[in-house]
Amino acid sequence: MLQKIYDWIDERADITPIWRDIADHEVPEHVNPAHHFSAFVYCFGGLTFFVVVIQILSGMFLTMYYVPDIENAWRSVYYLQTEVAHGQIVRGMHHWGASVVIVMLLLHTLRVFFQGAYKKPRELNWIVGVLIFFIMLGLGFTGYLLPWDNKAFFATQVGLEIAQQVPFVGEELKTLLAGDEKIVGAQTLTRFFAIHVFFLPGALFALLAVHFILIRRQGISGPL
Amino acid sequence: MSDKKQQVSRRQFLNYTLTGVGGFMAAGMLAPMLRMAVDPVLKESGQGDMANVGLSVDDITTEPQKVDWKITQVDGWYESEVNRSAWVFKDENGDIQAFSPVCKHLGCVVSWGGSDEYPEQFFCPCHDGRYYKDGTNVPGTPPLQPLDVYELEVRDGILFLGDAVPREGA
Repeated sequence: MLQKIYDWIDERADITPIWRDIADHEVPEHVNPAHHFSAFVYCFGGLTFFVVVIQILSGMFLTMYYVPDIENAWRSVYYLQTEVAHGQIVRGMHHWGASVVIVMLLLHTLRVFFQGAYKKPRELNWIVGVLIFFIMLGLGFTGYLLPWDNKAFFATQVGLEIAQQVPFVGEELKTLLAGDEKIVGAQTLTRFFAIHVFFLPGALFALLAVHFILIRRQGISGPL
Repeated sequence: MSDKKQQVSRRQFLNYTLTGVGGFMAAGMLAPMLRMAVDPVLKESGQGDMANVGLSVDDITTEPQKVDWKITQVDGWYESEVNRSAWVFKDENGDIQAFSPVCKHLGCVVSWGGSDEYPEQFFCPCHDGRYYKDGTNVPGTPPLQPLDVYELEVRDGILFLGDAVPREGA
């Protein structure tokens, strides 16, 4: 049945070559942990992506209950945690996953750095990777505020004051992030929500696409 | 038995194992998310309390009158007062009737004598739906079911109403 559906589509759209481009390629011996166990270090990039997928999925489901409004944000999170079946688990996945992403990302970065895998022609992909790192930090920073509890509020207060230290445009940057010159409140929360849920993920998807396409173009760097 | 033919090749074995493990991991990941998403469907609906609508039974006449009252509604994390209303009257047997004003066609609000042409019927202005005084829908008008009936109770001569429920056999 599935095969027939696939064939029906393939006959019309010729999707098999696309599939082959994406998935069907050789894994060099030096990156295959079955040959050299130490090659597990090559898994960190894929693991980062795997955790990102978990973050995207759990985040999508969390927005079914969450409201980005100062009156209701905390209450909706509390409701989700205490009243909704498995709500605690899904929020737990998003909460802990956020940290795991950063850990995996750092391990991946260290591997690339110490193997010198960033050297020409792959320095372009290194740059893209660093941009992804900044996007991830942005996601962590904006997501931290969303539960609107005390920790979130004061962490954001501090984060905004760090932004304020930027020379020349600090004040403006802080206002741009907070949505108000003095108050960290309703407008800050909606802004952070929009950035966390739409703007940064959008940028992340684009950069990830570039990151992966470059890997396929340039191949994995040779053995040490 | 020819064991040779039934043998699973190394490639097949690895494929099955990897698909199995991958599927297990994916299921473990997705199950809590899906359970959380479908939670509203699986939640038990709370039995509504009877509310005092502030109307003495003595004041109920054979002419339907609109009664408005408020109930506390718990909507997830949000509690609020919401308005309810009913058409209340005594039928020919002297029994109290309380109908929901929500039209069974598409949910507009009906009113008694809302149309000058049919003063003795409930009328819905949206699509000219009509109901007789006993709440049954007039054949040939849009609604296909009679008006819902409120659960009712009289305590110390005061009318208490609960949830509106569809009629039996409707």
